[in-house]
Amino acid sequence: MEQRIAVLVSAVLGVLLLGVFAVVARSAGSSGTADEIAAGAARWRRAALWGLIVLFVPTIAYSLTKMPYPSGGSSASVIVHATGHQWAWELAPDTVPAGQPVEIRVTGADVNHGLGLYDANDRLVTQTQAMPGYTNVIRYTFEAPGTYRILCLEYCGLGHHTMSSQLVVTPAR
Amino acid sequence: MTTTGTPGVDARGVDPGYAPPAAARGIGLVTIYMGITAVVLALLMVFGLLMRASQAGFIAISPTRFYQLLTAHGIGMVAISGLGGAGVMWYFLSKYVSLSRGILLANLVFFLAGVVLVLGGIFLGGFAAAWTFLFPLPAHGQGAWGPGATAAYLVGVLLVGVGFLLLYLDTGRAIIRRYGSLGRALGWPQAFGKSAAEPPPPAVVASTVVTIINIPAIAVGAVILTMSLVNTLAPGFQVNALLAKNLIYFFGHVFINSTIYMAVIGVYEILPTFTGRPWKASRPFLLAWTATMLMVLAVYPHHLFMDYANPRWANVMGQILSYTSGLPVLVVTAIATLANVYRSGMKWNMTAALLFVSIMGWSVGVIPAIVDGTIAINRVMHNTLWVPGHFHIYLLLGVVAMLFGFMYYLAFRGSAESALDRAALWAYVGGGMAFAIVFLASGAMSIPRRWAVHLAPWTGLDRLGTLFGFVAVVAVLVFVTRFLSRVRSLRA
Repeated sequence: MEQRIAVLVSAVLGVLLLGVFAVVARSAGSSGTADEIAAGAARWRRAALWGLIVLFVPTIAYSLTKMPYPSGGSSASVIVHATGHQWAWELAPDTVPAGQPVEIRVTGADVNHGLGLYDANDRLVTQTQAMPGYTNVIRYTFEAPGTYRILCLEYCGLGHHTMSSQLVVTPAR
Repeated sequence: MTTTGTPGVDARGVDPGYAPPAAARGIGLVTIYMGITAVVLALLMVFGLLMRASQAGFIAISPTRFYQLLTAHGIGMVAISGLGGAGVMWYFLSKYVSLSRGILLANLVFFLAGVVLVLGGIFLGGFAAAWTFLFPLPAHGQGAWGPGATAAYLVGVLLVGVGFLLLYLDTGRAIIRRYGSLGRALGWPQAFGKSAAEPPPPAVVASTVVTIINIPAIAVGAVILTMSLVNTLAPGFQVNALLAKNLIYFFGHVFINSTIYMAVIGVYEILPTFTGRPWKASRPFLLAWTATMLMVLAVYPHHLFMDYANPRWANVMGQILSYTSGLPVLVVTAIATLANVYRSGMKWNMTAALLFVSIMGWSVGVIPAIVDGTIAINRVMHNTLWVPGHFHIYLLLGVVAMLFGFMYYLAFRGSAESALDRAALWAYVGGGMAFAIVFLASGAMSIPRRWAVHLAPWTGLDRLGTLFGFVAVVAVLVFVTRFLSRVRSLRA
């Protein structure tokens, strides 16, 4: 879902901007009155400012309600301890039930790692950093059973790309 | 877009009416800066291409070598963008204030000394902790690199930083001597007061902002480099990993943004010479630069969104500022660029085209960057290939285009450009944009960044990216060759 939004927004606005630059590039050969164009640019600048305010304020406000950070007491009945080592994940347990809130407590034993949780379609669904001295908590409810992959998403040395593990999600009890 | 030569050039393509700025302005040294920039950019792009080709399975590079190339590509691109940007800034700022050639030379000497150490640490010592040297990875080479290699890398980066610090202290000194204070050089009396005096030129305003933001950035960078160095040599000395990340990303974010802010001075100074429309430091321009200056110092927590332990207020601030920090300068610059070119009667040439493209690349690249600066989206995009996707747009097609635009300006001044140049321009824009878009698509497919070995389902996009990257690299080699072919005559 988030990936689709990112692609859609970037593609639409990117193509629009490219179009504006292309139109202006093609116009360069003709001549216009500098003062009129400067006045037009001032209008565009004001429009851009207000347009961005109208676009950004609600977007920021809404998106900040969707932050992944845990808040309040945990209602999770299943807790997974995940520790990143150079270069392997230590997961305990490595099996969780679907349909129940799961709390994954993530830390790094040696250097910074990144716990990336991939669903059965190899789509990244959530992540957090695995940092020495800190425990970052992911709260996540697995809707569908299956094998989820955990890949390292923070460069951690020459074995970084080998840091792959599995979390098995069993059918809801 | 087509390019045409300028009438009145001689057979060698030199405009007889063009008197290069006096040697007193350090043209020779700036030319050396840009010559080094051209060669190093090309070399590092080849490194990048090799990495993509290896991920695609076209060639075989061991993970050990891959991560060394990754480290060299990253730190090298940041440093060389800084050097090239400094060349642009120095060239134009020296029109308005009295800068020290000795300091410009000292920066280059520190830079080269640092580069020798960094390259030695990487390719002789095996150091491969990525350019971000996230604490405590430099001290955890697991046998691939030892304390000597780490020390060479960290001291090398430190030396490069010392050179830049000297440069900014000199720009600050010269600006204050000429304008009385940094506030006046930012145009505050005109922006916030009722002063009817002519505001400082855009080059001075931008240089002042870079001076103000990069001095603390380099100082903070020096702190974490030194702490990492001590930790490497005396492992009993520990640093809080989250504090270290904050320091590293503050330094890194401000410094890389400054490369754009230095190089964009070329747009302000050069584009009007082709369009005949002067670029004035209007009140919105002055306000925008001050706003960006303040916000860019506080936006770096957007690199720490996935560090849930980072204070939440800092991450929320990081998201809000991600939406707003770069925009004032970008919006003002982009609209002014469009207005400067629109129906100007200008004939396109390589310099003008590259500078125009650079503002396009900067503007377009910021969109996926802001999208990724949203915490809820960062959750599934952070450290995927989406990230190099957006920064390659505004670096490869932004700051690098500014640098090559400036090189064409130095070498040709809008004249004597060939069909080869024009073909290279199109290849660069098309290849570069497609190369970056493949990164974005890969990120949207959740492919992680900084992986030496890619899984089979990912290699289709890798191959596409490699091909587009190859096109862009060939184009850049044309730019570099054309510039270097003129360096000797420029220095004479």
